[in-house]
Amino acid sequence: MAHTDTLEQTLRELLAAQPLAVLATHGDEGPYASLVAVAATDDLRHLLFATTRATRKFANLQADARVALLVDNRSNQAADFRDAVAATVRGRAEEVQEAERGPLLALYLARHPHLRDFVAAPTCAFLKVHVASYFVVTRFQEVMELHIKP
Amino acid sequence: MNVLIPLQRLAASDLPKAGGKAVALARMMQAGLCVPDGVAVATAAYDQYVSDTGLRSRVLLELGRKRFEDMRWEEMWDAALRIRNLFLTTPLPAALRDDLSQGLAARFGTTPVVVRSSAPSEDTAATSFAGLHESYVNVVGADAILDHISLVWASLWSDRALLYRQELGLDVQQSTMAVVVQELVAGERSGVAFSRSPTDPAQAVVEAVHGLNEGMVDGTVEPDRWVLDRQTGRVLTHRPAEREKAVVPCGQGTRLEPLAPPQRAEPPLAETEVGTVFGLARRAEGHFGAPQDVEWTYRGERLSLLQSRAITTDVGDDEDGRRWYLSLTRSFENLTQLRQRIEGELLPAMDAEAAEMAEQDLATLTDDALADEIERRRAIHQKWHDVYWSDFIPFAHGARLFGQVYNDTVRPTDPFEFTRLLAATEMTSLARNRELGRLAAMLRSDPALAQTLAADAAADAGGPFEATLSDFLARYSVMPAGQSGEREGVVRLLCEMAAHPPTAERGHEADGADLRTSFLAHFEGAERQQAEDLLDLGRASYRLRDNDNIHLQAVEDEWLRAASEGKRRLAASGNAEGKVRLADVLREDEAATDDTAAQPDAEAHTAKSRQILGQPAGPGVATGAARVLEGPDNLFDVQAGEIVVCDAIDPNMTFVVPLSAGIVERRGGMLIHGAIIAREYGLPCVTGVPDATTRIHTGDTVTVDGYLGIVTVAS
Repeated sequence: MAHTDTLEQTLRELLAAQPLAVLATHGDEGPYASLVAVAATDDLRHLLFATTRATRKFANLQADARVALLVDNRSNQAADFRDAVAATVRGRAEEVQEAERGPLLALYLARHPHLRDFVAAPTCAFLKVHVASYFVVTRFQEVMELHIKP
Repeated sequence: MNVLIPLQRLAASDLPKAGGKAVALARMMQAGLCVPDGVAVATAAYDQYVSDTGLRSRVLLELGRKRFEDMRWEEMWDAALRIRNLFLTTPLPAALRDDLSQGLAARFGTTPVVVRSSAPSEDTAATSFAGLHESYVNVVGADAILDHISLVWASLWSDRALLYRQELGLDVQQSTMAVVVQELVAGERSGVAFSRSPTDPAQAVVEAVHGLNEGMVDGTVEPDRWVLDRQTGRVLTHRPAEREKAVVPCGQGTRLEPLAPPQRAEPPLAETEVGTVFGLARRAEGHFGAPQDVEWTYRGERLSLLQSRAITTDVGDDEDGRRWYLSLTRSFENLTQLRQRIEGELLPAMDAEAAEMAEQDLATLTDDALADEIERRRAIHQKWHDVYWSDFIPFAHGARLFGQVYNDTVRPTDPFEFTRLLAATEMTSLARNRELGRLAAMLRSDPALAQTLAADAAADAGGPFEATLSDFLARYSVMPAGQSGEREGVVRLLCEMAAHPPTAERGHEADGADLRTSFLAHFEGAERQQAEDLLDLGRASYRLRDNDNIHLQAVEDEWLRAASEGKRRLAASGNAEGKVRLADVLREDEAATDDTAAQPDAEAHTAKSRQILGQPAGPGVATGAARVLEGPDNLFDVQAGEIVVCDAIDPNMTFVVPLSAGIVERRGGMLIHGAIIAREYGLPCVTGVPDATTRIHTGDTVTVDGYLGIVTVAS
């Protein structure tokens, strides 16, 4: 239990500090990685991000909703191997439904207020990742897993 | 946090938090000069506002769309307008608002005030950016003061400030703005004084008007002007003005009103008062240790100093055209006069000249007479081309002026909502498109004829269609004169139009009427009439921006028609013998027309573009095959549902717009022709896409996102 609390705390701190994550999707030509602005719900069950519908990542998601994300706090220094935390997130992405849009959007915009106009555009999709697992790497090789109860 | 600092308490070391203007006023006040009392709103208030609300990042995003170097002036104006609207529609954080509101209410109550910018970087000896940022006169009550503080903050990112971003050291992360709120002195006579003349170091200058000096500063009211000997203070010359009007406080703001006859007859200052004003400027110079440019006002016998700053040479030079751009910002009065000149004199004269040339039978002229005629027409075209820059483009500022007033009043979410109100007006290119629509409908209802013409565009259609088509071609020019294939091109276009359902205009009448009603509802009494007049001016400006190119094109066509006749004769004669003069004239012509060729963007890209950022200029989204327009030749190749990609949609090209599904333009701006027409037809439009015609190829599948200003090119 203590491990779970500590891990969740580490994740919350990491997600609170990092505005951006690398999103991996999968398409006809293989894996595809993109940088997205993310926000996490407090229960760590969902990560939110937005993209326009004309993008490759959105097309990939339409065909295959499975995603991985990488959130990390590296500073590109040697010390990263000791200090950096990286979390790989696995889950399934879907568009946020109208009924829950209000509170999730408020959460997202509190994190990224400058994206207000972007998210409001009809051409922009607002998505949430149902997180299945977090894989948290510290001290270079120390890996902890957190599996989210469905 | 105490963000309101009384002017009396400011010291020179407060410059970073109170700005140059506040510190200069405080210094004058502390030196015993009569300065209206007030407070400085510290830069910390701006910083907290833009940080807590995310505005700083939004401004960064807005200005990060494109490199400044690649932005046209119109795009800077658009960006500044969007940013201004962000400030207008983003409320202050509650705690900051309460702080300011209570402090301002306690200090000023219902006393009218002036709200002015006080940037830490302005009013220093090295950089004098007179009038670069905003100031507002006669603002009453804490809420109104807060609104105007937001506007002053936004002026940190005005088009004028963006233009001088390098000199100002403008930086989204670092730049900040303080504000001065001062009690208004409702001066009866006001003006400026230069303790040393900018043009003659041995002289000084005093200028004065009746009323407030706002009218003089923006050029609406002409001042009386005195030149003095700087050493003795003796008046050397006095140039009286045509004293007709004065700016006076009115409601919230000011109003221009006619002067009473006694004031018209009298200079605003008696000669002894001229000396007193000069003395004030000299005292300011003594305190600051450098010649000063002061603003002053007399109420009764009491002379107040409103502002003092070092005289510097003019900001920037004219080589980069910035001064020309700044001259576009004109007052309502000035624009009204310009409109009368354009509608009453220039356009009729231009049309008459085009008509006179059109009637002339060029075939009857001798070769030398034709050469003379080509030269005459080239000069006529040059003359109107110059008028286009000196009068027509400045008049386009009327639409901008209206847009700013509309946004300040209505505070719409969409900063370009005002264009829907302006668009409810008749435009020549739309009328022409409607006629094309009628011709297409004739074909649609006559499949046999449509089939014949689709097979052979040169076939004689006969009957009412042929007559209507001939009439259309006689009245409208859709291709530069001298280019062949106009009729065939139009027939091909009509066949394409007939094969698809008609495209509707958006029908702005109803939409425009609603917006008009809600806009005018914000005004009462005399202000309402002013608002109506401004709307009328804005519409005239918007309409002319669309129509002026068509008038100019008619003149150019006549010049090219003569040139074309000359070329035909040269070609027919086999050699230039006996036609030396004609050949010379035509060579000059080539040189003249070569200048008008589109300049390619600086850099050609070899990497393939996937997603390109431009400016959102018409809401909507569409995906289709790209049709890159390179010139008049492939204009008629446009097929229904294609995305038109071009350098700039000329008003003479707009007939292909209703066929297309979306527009992508290299040239940027919300009020440029292509954007106006795209919005008329409800088509998604992205403008300001660098190298659009080289980065996108005909046949590419393109998605135009007119909401966000993104063009996506599929592989």
